[in-house]
Amino acid sequence: MTDQPFDARHAEFERYELRESPPYVFAADRREFVQLLGAGLVILVAAKPAAGQRRGNAPARREESLSQRFHLGEDGVITVLTSKVEVGQGARTQITQAASEELNLPTERIRVIMADTEQCPDDGGTAGSRTTPSTVPRVRSAAATARDVLIRLAAEHLGVERTEIKFEDGVFRAASGKDASLAQLAADPNLQSRFASQTWRDGVEVTPVNEWRVLGASVPHVRGRDTVTGRVLYPSDIVRPGMLYGKVLRPPSYGATLTSIDLAPAQAMPNVIVVRDGEFIGCAAPTTWEANQARTALAQHAQWDRPRHPSSANLFEHLKETSEPSRDGGRDGRTWGDSASTLARLEKKLSTAYTVAYIQHAPMEPRAAVAEWTEGKLTVWTGTQQPSRVHSELCQSFRLPQDRVRVIVPDTGGGFGGKHTGEVAVEAARLARSAHRPVRLQWTREEEFTWAYFRPAGLIEVQAGVDANGAIAAWDFTNYNSGGSAIDTPYQTAAGRTRFIAANSPLRQGSYRALASTANTFARESAMDELAALAQVDPLEFRLQHLEEGRLKNVLRAAAQKFDWARRRSNRRATRGVGLACGTEKGSYVAACVEVEVNDDAIRVLQVCQAYECGAIQNPANLRAQVEGCIIMGLGGALYEAIEFEDGQISNASFSEYRTPRMSDVPELDIVLLDRKDLPSVGAGETPIIAVAPAIANAIDHAVGVRSRSMPLRLS
Amino acid sequence: MPRKFVLQINGSERTTTTDDDRPLLDVLREDFQLTGAKYGCGEGACGACTVLVGGQPTRSCITRVADAEGQSIQTIEGLATEGRLHAVQQAFLDHQAMQCGYCVPGHIMTAVAFTQQNPGASREQIVAAMSEHLCRCCNYPNLLAAVTSAVARP
Repeated sequence: MTDQPFDARHAEFERYELRESPPYVFAADRREFVQLLGAGLVILVAAKPAAGQRRGNAPARREESLSQRFHLGEDGVITVLTSKVEVGQGARTQITQAASEELNLPTERIRVIMADTEQCPDDGGTAGSRTTPSTVPRVRSAAATARDVLIRLAAEHLGVERTEIKFEDGVFRAASGKDASLAQLAADPNLQSRFASQTWRDGVEVTPVNEWRVLGASVPHVRGRDTVTGRVLYPSDIVRPGMLYGKVLRPPSYGATLTSIDLAPAQAMPNVIVVRDGEFIGCAAPTTWEANQARTALAQHAQWDRPRHPSSANLFEHLKETSEPSRDGGRDGRTWGDSASTLARLEKKLSTAYTVAYIQHAPMEPRAAVAEWTEGKLTVWTGTQQPSRVHSELCQSFRLPQDRVRVIVPDTGGGFGGKHTGEVAVEAARLARSAHRPVRLQWTREEEFTWAYFRPAGLIEVQAGVDANGAIAAWDFTNYNSGGSAIDTPYQTAAGRTRFIAANSPLRQGSYRALASTANTFARESAMDELAALAQVDPLEFRLQHLEEGRLKNVLRAAAQKFDWARRRSNRRATRGVGLACGTEKGSYVAACVEVEVNDDAIRVLQVCQAYECGAIQNPANLRAQVEGCIIMGLGGALYEAIEFEDGQISNASFSEYRTPRMSDVPELDIVLLDRKDLPSVGAGETPIIAVAPAIANAIDHAVGVRSRSMPLRLS
Repeated sequence: MPRKFVLQINGSERTTTTDDDRPLLDVLREDFQLTGAKYGCGEGACGACTVLVGGQPTRSCITRVADAEGQSIQTIEGLATEGRLHAVQQAFLDHQAMQCGYCVPGHIMTAVAFTQQNPGASREQIVAAMSEHLCRCCNYPNLLAAVTSAVARP
């Protein structure tokens, strides 16, 4: 391992992403159907979905003009357009910084419009930590090109050579003292045509890292003031004239099918509209209160057939029994040397299994959408990380050509990989179509916990051993169901095999912050401590012996030094212990040292010291917040969170039953950010979560000699 | 049966016609477009819906509108006066106590009452009070810093 920039081939680009059809495909109503046939659009409709199937993270690589990316307003404010969304990770501020840096304008004169499918160029969905390495460079290149166009136009206005122009704070000055403002240029009709005809390419000269003024600085949240005054309008806050509030009837359990229903009692309620369209049954009313009552009436008069469904009590047996080695063995598989025969002759070896429960993103804002039909055109405001995909789901569900659907994503109350789908948008649109009025639909917390999707559960089997010199001679690592992210070991091993094997997941599963790298890092880093014990070597020393010089080793040393590892590991105090773990994913590097206290059955994390490196740092304060947020969110998966289910129902579908981290759970945090100005910046919203759980597991073993091999960690 | 309510919201009288049992949160958000208070759980467990009723932090998602009648109701929209942020809002801004921001209005309303009632509160007291709120971005270090500074300078 060397200090090479991130190689995108090693990223699992959301391969574990849900790839499903939209939740419903509605029959076109008769009038629309005739219109479609009459207009000869049926072929168009059939041909279009190919574009809709484009993977959410792969933006269309077409030439892009400046006018698709920027608007210069007559108030001298430059609007930047991007399909990225803001879900709390800081993309709005970061893109503002990128444009501000290259346009040489203060951040107050940059406005960012995000994720409006009718206005914004397609930068792909917001996932895979791709905004930093992919979108920010695009915005910077475009902004640098735009600045050049503006300076040339200003030179024409002032009748001087462009090299004479100094552009600062929104004013272009000639050496003579004459000047022109951005607002003046905005009024020049030539500007639009220049922006429209000017394309740009990646690789335009941008500000070098050592000359950054805005990037690299802790620019505060650009919507901070609106956030603290409650003025930010989230998807669930959007109001349209005459809007109704919707509810959808849900089955009582997974896979249940409706055998009969009496709609009449709900239809008889004043102001209530009831919609039934195939599998879809819902209602809308002037208030959520009335819509809720109507849904209750629908549920009381519905009969269902409920099929059997596996229980979380036998989850891991189920995953192993239903696994299909033939289906996925090759894709994430890697074999080097002959680990099986090496293992057979080794004396110091282990054969263990680690488990990871289903958990949920549980963003503070449950899924929400507002849908409005105007003359056959559908506009939906919704919280999603994949606006282009939701656009495509709406086109398919309602058999609409692409230009009849517009998706707008207001800044959204949390995502964490959990909002890649468009169910709520489709449902709101279906209700609105029958109601002939806009409809807002927000899922309840119970619906979110039940009908959204989950981080995959997983079973990971490890067989490994060390030779007489304490070197890892064999490493065999198999992940069932949870995914292939970070499945490769960064450690030098003489022989080995890594595999990801798909299984039949009883729950709907999909992306979650850092994907399966949390599960794979948990198993690998736990096993590394178990091997270090067999080799009778300190866990830090054991890792350093098996790592090449490079970025991972650097963060491991940085965390250990800050934590004072050597002293604290050798001076164990009663009931307390220290542990460490490290890993890499999506091109960034993390190492964590933790101290825990174990009393009876209670695990208390006292301190987490984490070092993190993601190339050149673009916003130190936001980076720190992301790293801290990842660590604390990671405590949830490490210590508390597990989705339980039985008879096709989630048993803990509420915040009072599903324990997530609170302020009182926060340990002492020591964050070391390594700023590598010589390396490209990569995204930092995911990887800082992956080392937390194994470091805690290793500390528990150090404290009380108990090796916990499950997430969440259990002492017995 | 629906009836007329006169509510005291952010210092003004507001009227609506609705059922006694309807959640105060829905009335604020749907009848008066006061959308700063958020729906998060519907069971009073997460704190996103918190407003002040009679000066006390109250989970509006589990409070009947009838129970708020006749008391002063304060929401995030009523905190800043003439464009000047309340000291707690300013502290949240100064300490960047926000990521997605959805939980922030609820946190702020609890912190407003807490700082008034507990000047000079200890770290333990602050943590205990604020741990009644959830932030799934887990921006707790900044939230703690904000409330700590608001307690020090109410």
